Amino acid sequence: MSQEIPKVDIVPNTASEDGSAATYRIHEESHTLGNALRWMLMKNPKVEFCGYSVPHPSENFIHVRVQMYDGFSSTDAFATALDDLENVFDTIEEKYDESLKSGKYETWVEKS
Amino acid sequence: MSIDPRRLVGVKAERVTNISSTDFPGHYPGEDHSWDAQKFKQNLKVQVQRVSNRSIDFDLVGVDASIANALRRILLAEVPTIAIEHVYVYDNTTVIQDEVLAHRMGLIPLDVDPDMMTTLLPGDDLTDRNTLVFKVDFECTRNPRPPPGATEPEDLYLNHELLSKHLSWHPEGEQKTYFGNHEPQPTNGDIVLAKLRPGQRVQMDLHAIKSVGKDHAKFSPVATASYRILPHISILKPIPKEHAKKFQQCFAPGVVDIDPTTHAVSINQKFVRNDTVTREVLRHPEFEGYVELSRVRDHFLFNIESESAYEPARLFKESIKVMKAKLATVRASVELLRNPTRSEDVVMGS
Repeated sequence: MSQEIPKVDIVPNTASEDGSAATYRIHEESHTLGNALRWMLMKNPKVEFCGYSVPHPSENFIHVRVQMYDGFSSTDAFATALDDLENVFDTIEEKYDESLKSGKYETWVEKS
Repeated sequence: MSIDPRRLVGVKAERVTNISSTDFPGHYPGEDHSWDAQKFKQNLKVQVQRVSNRSIDFDLVGVDASIANALRRILLAEVPTIAIEHVYVYDNTTVIQDEVLAHRMGLIPLDVDPDMMTTLLPGDDLTDRNTLVFKVDFECTRNPRPPPGATEPEDLYLNHELLSKHLSWHPEGEQKTYFGNHEPQPTNGDIVLAKLRPGQRVQMDLHAIKSVGKDHAKFSPVATASYRILPHISILKPIPKEHAKKFQQCFAPGVVDIDPTTHAVSINQKFVRNDTVTREVLRHPEFEGYVELSRVRDHFLFNIESESAYEPARLFKESIKVMKAKLATVRASVELLRNPTRSEDVVMGS
């Protein structure tokens, strides 16, 4: 079936020759990943522009446009952003666990 | 309590101000806003407020809306649960049509830990790891010995209501030992599925599988998963004591304290979260210039209500797990873009 389509590819005719600017297409993803990824890419000072879109509601993919300063690789920035995002969620989970473990919260019984 | 004004979203009478976050490199000259994991960890605060058997309230402070929203969206649509998907009707003589009854079966929340099962993908064979079988065989009859003068259905008939507890689980393969004494069953046994009269009968086989909320809402693990942004009220100059009561009534109960002796008005920092930010206070000319309303952009008050086998406290962790799996899949594929010679292929749906 869809075995041949990679999860991420570059939209044809959107990449600059040096790879510093490109539009990535991520299949089977939505605003959930798109907006978080856009935010993390924008936190990178080497990124000149980053934006994402869901081009059409009945096509199950998103576009992420990345443009870099000074010919840096957009793919590298993309990969770094993904690694940093993983770190974000690890940290959130760690703090959530800490708070749960501390037991400093109200407990109550809710009837169903 | 003073808060960095950059963290505040202004709420005026007819507009909101300072809406977008500005903590990006290049936004403020001479300031570094690039990603810093250390700083993020220092600023991040997660505080569980309230836990019940069905719901959890917690504060998530110091993240961008895109992160909080990603987790909220995952909770609604991408944390898997088990629900009835295939219904084989052998007999149904009730007034509820087959397809309506089948739909109702699908909506019953099942108490099965989704980690115990695998997802049934198109083309897969049914196995004891991806499918649970329930059966219903239910017939309504007359009560042979109704109490004298009885008029109510529960007195006149036996089995006049088909309830969710009447689904019986039929273990297949190794399921009997695998699930042990935590037998799959509906989380609530008292859900009315159909009302019957003598002679009517329901006989069905039900297949439950694992899937996610974006496939069908019945797979959503939550009743609601939402966040509000923390309200912030600043009093710019003391409220005249003749207006204190009126000022207090402009806000939700508990938000404004009035000192019983001095009649000094203050905001209760513990209960300010209960305010609904109605902007009522901005309608009264006597309070013009006395108060400013806003919300703290990066302070999220989460509320998650579980409607599934998950403990409320576990749901948020599950959403993080799903997000990290997403990131890993995309990450592996991006690596392939950088280095296309590698042999392992990352494809859709993996």
